[in-house]
Amino acid sequence: MPGLEDLYKEIILDHYKNPRNQGELSVPPAIMEEGFNPLCGDEVKVYVLTDGNVIKDIRIGVQGCSISQASASMMAESVLNKTLEEAKNLIERFKEMMSAHESNIDSAELSEDNNENSLGDLQALKGVVKYPVRIKCATLGWNTFDQIITPKE
Amino acid sequence: MTGSIFESEKIKGDFPLLEREVNGKPIVYLDSAATSQKPIEVIDKMTDYYKQINANVHRGAYHIAELATSEMEETRAKVSRFINASSEKEIVFTKNATEAINLVAYTWARSQLNEGDVILLSSLEHHSNIVPWQQLSSERNIQIRWIPITQDGQLDLSSMDELLADVKLLCVSAVSNALGTINPVKQLTDAAHQVGAICLVDACQSVPHFETDVAELGADFLAFSGHKMCGPTGVGVLWGRLDLLEKMPPFLGGGEMILNVTSDGFTTNEVPWKFEAGTPPIAEIIGLGVAVTYLEKIGMKAIREHEQNLTSYALDLLTDRFGDDLIIYGPEAAVERSGVISFSYRDIHPHDISQVLDQYGVCVRAGHHCCKPLMTLLGVNATARASLYIYNDESDIKVLADAINEAGKIFS
Ligand SMILES: Cc1ncc(COP(=O)(O)O)c(C=O)c1O
Repeated sequence: MPGLEDLYKEIILDHYKNPRNQGELSVPPAIMEEGFNPLCGDEVKVYVLTDGNVIKDIRIGVQGCSISQASASMMAESVLNKTLEEAKNLIERFKEMMSAHESNIDSAELSEDNNENSLGDLQALKGVVKYPVRIKCATLGWNTFDQIITPKE
Repeated sequence: MTGSIFESEKIKGDFPLLEREVNGKPIVYLDSAATSQKPIEVIDKMTDYYKQINANVHRGAYHIAELATSEMEETRAKVSRFINASSEKEIVFTKNATEAINLVAYTWARSQLNEGDVILLSSLEHHSNIVPWQQLSSERNIQIRWIPITQDGQLDLSSMDELLADVKLLCVSAVSNALGTINPVKQLTDAAHQVGAICLVDACQSVPHFETDVAELGADFLAFSGHKMCGPTGVGVLWGRLDLLEKMPPFLGGGEMILNVTSDGFTTNEVPWKFEAGTPPIAEIIGLGVAVTYLEKIGMKAIREHEQNLTSYALDLLTDRFGDDLIIYGPEAAVERSGVISFSYRDIHPHDISQVLDQYGVCVRAGHHCCKPLMTLLGVNATARASLYIYNDESDIKVLADAINEAGKIFS
């Protein structure tokens, strides 16, 4: 499919077809937050179970497009067993990637391999930035997860 | 076969945007329910307006101000004839249908409705014909009641008698923007009038596609937007029965809507200017006038016939090609629907479908179409929606079907 391979990378389609960490956790002890994308009606539920400072378990339920499902699935996989600080840091870096200006994508792509802060598989989602309306899909799960691990004022 | 008398090729040629390419492919524009494309005549007229007669209306006693005023007021007369209003005074220009509905909510409804009254809405309504009533409802303790729908997205009128108890206002769309359902407006307004209710018809999706006769519909108010009927954005119309408009308090305050202002207060202008505070969208109103002439030239009967034939062709082609993999929402037969085709394909999310379609130059909408209550009833979060207009033809439908097939390959 010419033109779309930036968006629908193989790994993204894999997470979409075989989403990881699907399901629910009992609340409490887990914490649950819901997120909505008012533009398109997508909905996500994120369940997080912590043990002290560590994310012991995370479960996701998404009703949404391939990008929102894959992104949430990849997020769950990458924050499992991480500390809250590490997760927070990852969220920051992911959002940074999602706010990169389209004109910077190509140069950013070049430095991907030697980037010490590499986001690993999550880099695959970088192509979303070229499709501005889809950025909200990619960040839906992340924003919802952020609400859980960032203490409310 | 479509297109025997309807010259769709020639009509397509009237729309400069349809000459462009998207992602290297000729554009196939199938989102006219959101907004229509504009014929060259409308675009040219608006440019000429700014080049030749731009002046504020109703004020200057000089040549170009008089020209601007008369062209704007001619449009009022033209729109009035177009929907068979009994007087051009019944035509109020707004910025869009949403503002037209809000105008009724803020003036007629807030001066007439009180605690305990009921507003009856159809379950097919656009948020524009829901939220203004919810705002009023929470302010005044007014109850909102919903006309349910059947499985195939038609209004279920089997318990109208109960639904109509204490109803003071009925708000219904003539045609659903999400499913294309043609609603039995006359039957509904007759029933509502029997209990003394007033009827507001959201005609956004009917005026561009069907002959409109406000008297035949039995409407008391009717709202529509210029941009869905070949006109520019920024102009909409509220038609209201003259006796109602005359009794209504004004909406926004400012210039144009007054007869006199003193340090003690003001007196309001006559209808329709009473509701048109401030400088109106003059170029847009004049552009709308050209759009009406353009549609009349083709003929609303011919337009409906073309769209019904093409819808029927599309429904058959999509069903034959994709079978049970493709679900089409709404009434089964083309005679019962407009050129709106809401669908889902396998379990591919509508966002993904529209993204792949875009790659083939095909523009469709994906989402809840501003009808979340309806989507909830249908049990879906979103659908993909292709919507047809005068410039679409069978070749567009074939490209659509091929592109849907490609989406299937990516997500299989
Ligand atoms: C049925 C219906 N009502 C109301 C609207 C709102 O129109 P506008 O956004 O032009 O005010 C639309 C357009 O999307 C519509 O399709």
